[in-house]
Amino acid sequence: MAEFITQYPLLTALLALVSLGAVFGAILGFASERFKTEGNPIVEQINEILPQTQCGQCGHPGCRPYAEAIANGEAINKCPPGGEAGIQALADLLDVEVIPLDEEHGEQSVKKVAFIREAECIGCTKCLVACPVDAILGAAKQMHTIIASECTGCDLCVEPCPVDCIDMIPAQQEGLQTWHWQLPDPVSLEVDIIATDAPREEAA
Amino acid sequence: MRKVFGFHGGIHPPENKHQSVRTPIADAGIPPQLIIPLSQHIGAPAVPVVAVGDVVLKGQLIAEPEGFVSVPLHAPTSGTIVAIEERQIAHPSGYQAPCIVIASDFNDEWIPHSGTGDYRDLDKAQVIERIRAAGIAGMGGAGFPTAVKLSVREGVKIDTLIINGTECEPYITADDILMRERATQIVAGTLIMQQLIEPSATLIGVEDNKPEGLAALRSAAEGTAVEIVEFPTKYPSGGEKQLIEILTGKQVPSGGLPADVGVICQNVGTAVAIYDAVVLGRPLISRITTVTGEAVAQAQNFEVLLGTPMSYLLELAGYQPQESRRLIMGGPMMGFTVPSPDVPIVKTTNCLLAPTEKEFPTPAPAQACIRCGMCAQVCPASLLPQQMFWFAQGKEFEKLENHNLFDCIECGACSWVCPSNIPLVQYYRASKAEILQLRRDNEKSEQARIRFEARQERLAAAEEEKEAKRAARKKAAEERAQQAAADGGEEDPIQAAIDRAKAKKAAQVTGSADESELEKLEKAVVTTRKRLETASGKLAQARDQGSDLVQALQTGVDKTRAKLDAAEKALHDYQQANSDAPMAKAAPTDAAQAAIEKAMAARSAEAALSPAEKARAQLGKLQQRLEKSRAKLAESRDSGAEDKIIEALESTVERLSEKIAAAEQELQATEGA
Repeated sequence: MAEFITQYPLLTALLALVSLGAVFGAILGFASERFKTEGNPIVEQINEILPQTQCGQCGHPGCRPYAEAIANGEAINKCPPGGEAGIQALADLLDVEVIPLDEEHGEQSVKKVAFIREAECIGCTKCLVACPVDAILGAAKQMHTIIASECTGCDLCVEPCPVDCIDMIPAQQEGLQTWHWQLPDPVSLEVDIIATDAPREEAA
Repeated sequence: MRKVFGFHGGIHPPENKHQSVRTPIADAGIPPQLIIPLSQHIGAPAVPVVAVGDVVLKGQLIAEPEGFVSVPLHAPTSGTIVAIEERQIAHPSGYQAPCIVIASDFNDEWIPHSGTGDYRDLDKAQVIERIRAAGIAGMGGAGFPTAVKLSVREGVKIDTLIINGTECEPYITADDILMRERATQIVAGTLIMQQLIEPSATLIGVEDNKPEGLAALRSAAEGTAVEIVEFPTKYPSGGEKQLIEILTGKQVPSGGLPADVGVICQNVGTAVAIYDAVVLGRPLISRITTVTGEAVAQAQNFEVLLGTPMSYLLELAGYQPQESRRLIMGGPMMGFTVPSPDVPIVKTTNCLLAPTEKEFPTPAPAQACIRCGMCAQVCPASLLPQQMFWFAQGKEFEKLENHNLFDCIECGACSWVCPSNIPLVQYYRASKAEILQLRRDNEKSEQARIRFEARQERLAAAEEEKEAKRAARKKAAEERAQQAAADGGEEDPIQAAIDRAKAKKAAQVTGSADESELEKLEKAVVTTRKRLETASGKLAQARDQGSDLVQALQTGVDKTRAKLDAAEKALHDYQQANSDAPMAKAAPTDAAQAAIEKAMAARSAEAALSPAEKARAQLGKLQQRLEKSRAKLAESRDSGAEDKIIEALESTVERLSEKIAAAEQELQATEGA
């Protein structure tokens, strides 16, 4: 054995490398089968950032389809309910540049919730079919009503209503329960540290 | 002598306590009107049990607790309920909250009440019920329902009961004067709690800057199992977690409760309230409040009825509004500016501070953080305030949580020592609120995701089931055909019918290539009508003959009629769709998808238009809708539809007309501009 090594150093090295490669290849091959990930994990992460209003303003039927589209390279600025904060989070996750919200898909507005004027409802069930999160309660020829706590404010029930009895109203009125302290005014922090600091344009 | 421990950080601000302890507790008397907010505690607001116009006696229940974590409210004096409405309350937001307003009759007439001389005869549940019924919430400042805190959960062993007489915040002397004047009640209340919890040690912790209070407590506690512990003055040793560390050397874990280390902490004011409730049978209707600051002539402590307007109390103390810069509820470190002097005193109002401009000068503008680290040195929770300040500015909430933002007790020591005058606590308060909001939002979006996915699954399952049924039917038909074929060459009537139907269908398919959709629909209507006529004729015949088949024929007629209706509707829809839009698109299968597409198309069209054009388009759309609605209305009137439908349509028409008027106005405005 030692003789073989000394006599054919090149061959020995080659053999050693090939056998090492075979062993590691086998291990990697096994690992890729054994620890296989189902689906694209990035889709899950994107879907978690999206606001789950399922409103379809991005042009996809729901948040998950849009997450899949983003994973396949679609622009990240098509989600008005997510707003600037959502775009920022997506840009951080995907390591792409932050771009302003695409106005074509709507503007960011306050969170809303649908409200059915129940006296006018004729019980046509059209809104029930349109609601992506089953947040409307009702049956044919029975009055319908919104389960406000489940409504995502997606707006999709307004269009199908034949008697126009659905309103979108702001979800939370400003009040004692929603009030909280605001961050201090950042302007006051731009004060110069040293009294002799002159404003930029006056500096020599 | 018990060993006392220290805690990290802390500061020694000027105490300014001597001004308000020179005179004994004064009775504030009865103000003409009392405003009692329904939420003076942590938890659900109480629910009123009285109505406007009711006459109430002192101590009468006026609002019941809602749920477990809540407390009842009682009338602080006798009088008439004049209003139950929104009033401004002592809250930094300056918002209004529901309150019960009582006009006093100045008789101060008590409702019959009785305590129990020997509470030792009562079992624990009865004592806790009395505390709960008396409406006691933590008197130290947070206002957590005391009965909830004292109901120790099964399996949790409490070995130390701590009564907090620290009162470490400058200016406030409400607990100090209580210890001087009502030490026996404090000890009696403490003994009641001791009976409830059965700890191995009961301690009353007091800072060494209150020698009179300490002496009074010591003499009152003589011969009992209550131990009075004195320890050096330092702010904020009165914080619950800090006091526990001082007295026991144990640290409450991050995010945990004192009960996790076997401790329950109560304020001395709460002890007196418990004594009043259990021994005297009196609910919590008054408290001791310090009125101090240089803008009042006579700083002192008052026994004041809950609901008394602050302005009434300030007047008693000789308040000079022109001198005062602002009015603070609580102390100078953790208090907040009240929106107006007319807000009421509540269960947690331990101090009213009216400082002058000289006393509390306007803070200098905040400057940049110089990373001196003094805030980290004084933080009693051993946090890194300067680090959290950066994260709060950058809204890096995850990092803030990793730096244990939620262990911050908002004591204000960091802001007090900051040489750059940065209002650090305000950053932490705002960030905490924002994180909690985000958590709620996340929870909601998770819920929406689950519902959305469940719905998708349900729809897919329904579709699959339909498909399976269809396949099963097809298979059964084929089997029958095969069976018939195998039975022999004899002509099978069913197979023949199937064949005929198939042939007819094939003919239709080939024919329909040049037959327009409209013609097809018309044909369908005509054939169905004919079938209906035949079926009706047969039915009439069967009825005349009294045949058994009447029932079956009746169903057949009904079905055919329904089919005819459907066919007519399809025809009508088709005609209307054709007149509206010449190129009717194939209807999308999913209603949600359809709505999305419609909304998308409208939105993209809108984006390209100028405001005037937009307004005009809007107007046109509305007019179209109005016409349609009018037509629908007329149609349903003619066909004698239900009143409800007609009414709904009428209101739609009305609203649309209103909308059109508004749109016209807008159009004029945009064109004018």
